[in-house]
Amino acid sequence: MQMQADQAGFADQTASAPLPERAVLEVDGLKTYFFTRSGAVKAVDDVSFALKRGETLAIVGESGCGKSVTALSLMRLVPDPPGRIVSGSIRLGDTDILALDDEGLRALRGRDISMIFQEPMTSLNPVMTIGRQLGEVLQLHETLTRSQLRAKVVELLSLVRIPDAVRRAKQYPHQLSGGMRQRVMIAIALACNPKVLIADEPTTALDVTVQAQILELIVDLQKKLGTAVILITHDLGLVAQTAQRVIVMYAGRKVEEAGIAALFAEPQHQYTRGLLASLPRLGLMRGQAADAGRLQEIPGIVPALHHLPPGCVFAPRCPRADQRCRSEMPAYEEKRPGHWAACWHPGAPNGRGDD
Amino acid sequence: MTAIEHGVELERAGASITTRWQGARFMARRYPLGAAGAVILLIFVLTAMLATAISPFDPTLTDSHASLAPLSKAHWLGADFMGRDVFSRIVGGSRISLAVGLGSTLLGCLVGVPIGLLSGYFGGWLDLLVQRVIDMMQSLPLLVTALVMAAALGPSLRNTIIAIAIPLVPSISRIVRSNTLALKEMPFVEAARAIGLSETWIAVRHVLPNTLAPLIVLVTAQFGSAILVEASLSFLGLGVPEPYPSWGRMLSESAAEYMRAAPWLVIFPGMAISLAVFGANLLGDALRDMLDPRLRS
Repeated sequence: MQMQADQAGFADQTASAPLPERAVLEVDGLKTYFFTRSGAVKAVDDVSFALKRGETLAIVGESGCGKSVTALSLMRLVPDPPGRIVSGSIRLGDTDILALDDEGLRALRGRDISMIFQEPMTSLNPVMTIGRQLGEVLQLHETLTRSQLRAKVVELLSLVRIPDAVRRAKQYPHQLSGGMRQRVMIAIALACNPKVLIADEPTTALDVTVQAQILELIVDLQKKLGTAVILITHDLGLVAQTAQRVIVMYAGRKVEEAGIAALFAEPQHQYTRGLLASLPRLGLMRGQAADAGRLQEIPGIVPALHHLPPGCVFAPRCPRADQRCRSEMPAYEEKRPGHWAACWHPGAPNGRGDD
Repeated sequence: MTAIEHGVELERAGASITTRWQGARFMARRYPLGAAGAVILLIFVLTAMLATAISPFDPTLTDSHASLAPLSKAHWLGADFMGRDVFSRIVGGSRISLAVGLGSTLLGCLVGVPIGLLSGYFGGWLDLLVQRVIDMMQSLPLLVTALVMAAALGPSLRNTIIAIAIPLVPSISRIVRSNTLALKEMPFVEAARAIGLSETWIAVRHVLPNTLAPLIVLVTAQFGSAILVEASLSFLGLGVPEPYPSWGRMLSESAAEYMRAAPWLVIFPGMAISLAVFGANLLGDALRDMLDPRLRS
């Protein structure tokens, strides 16, 4: 699987893809603002990307960088008011999601785009059996008889590797562990075989030992069903294991986008460098690495989104920021083939010698 | 990893295989007061159901020879000034109390729950309007509102139920609304939206069932106070009229003139009222502890 991911990464870099497959999901110039008393908060500012069938795209960034709002925007679930998608377009195949009315949206959600949430402990209704909750989405989008429905529920629970599915279907969420509940959420999300699955930090709330199982499950099912996955996370380890392409977001904007291999090998944006440097490594912990000792952090915090600096949004925290960074916004451009970034000083920082 | 999972599951399965009866016994041991309340209410309900079979006399039958008869083999709890058997009247009165208690709380729920759900889930100007009306209603005590309503509607069993149900609506809709406000921000509501369910469906099928636990607790307590208010209204002559035997009116008929001469006329109906209300409150308290999500295992 890792091999495939690497190949996909290379395919991205060799500008001419062998199969000019049309994207399942195309997001163009998406802007989602929250209108608050202290002004418009630009939670998502001009974000574009495309997603191919069966592909995994990771969106990474710190808390508050707009990755979750991006996900909610795709399903038009941003609470309005105060949030509103101000401009841009989201196309799922031939459907313009932003043009849909309520009824059209309800038909789309759960059938064409699904979402797995961060909190498996509270994402299931505590007073309904999991079988009924799973049955609800099937009843809504498909016409099934009672016995077909029951069979499909058990089939889906088995698909997400819940043992003894018949008995589990009759249980309530509190009788299941966190990992089991997340499996149920995955079953609900994949019940109608959606084109796109959005996984918003699907493993954050889980035990580390269960995290790997859940990820493995998502990747397996994705291969089996050909679902395109958007993985939203702040865990770069997770990204390396599952995604083919990565978008790095900062303060509501896309700052870098690249194939997985390229991003980890040659991060262009200084923020991405900071993120990578802040990952703990075994050598570092044992004091064997060249920069042994303290784990690197990115100084400061994400700026308030209603009060962004005029130039590069990362400038106040960037070790290489200069006058131009503070006054002029860097263009989002292709620094290397298939590798985009918005930075005046791409590549390695000074003094490292590998620029 | 699967071995461990299976182990945990087996253990859980073993722990969860219990019959309803075993569950009830476990709860009774854990909440002895609640069980006592449940037993009291059960006796109360059974009495009301089997009233004609239990009572030795017709509760409306007068007998001049038995006027103010003390406790005896014939009249277990004595007789009133018209010679009506007190025990039979208390048994018969349980029907009235049960009808008023159940009827008014159910009617209160029927009106209050939709108002609370609508107001809490959809909010906006509707919520604002409804809540101000409810504020006004809540500023008056239960008895006072019921009194005004009963006086306006006139004395009858149906009107008594309506008169008591109306002042119950604010507290019922308040508790549903406040729980709805918290519940609608829960991730499972957003998850329900994400699979394409409509807002009305989410409100009725996902939010409402989650408000039931606190509602049941409230309703049990309100059942007790409804019985008390009925007794008070009947005491004041505004409740259930003759010839129905009502505990409250039994008190009012005898309290002034016969309290010293025939204290059983006051003591036994009073005990009946206290016991029914006490039972409802005990059960309500136990239910509150039982259904508290923080204590739920």
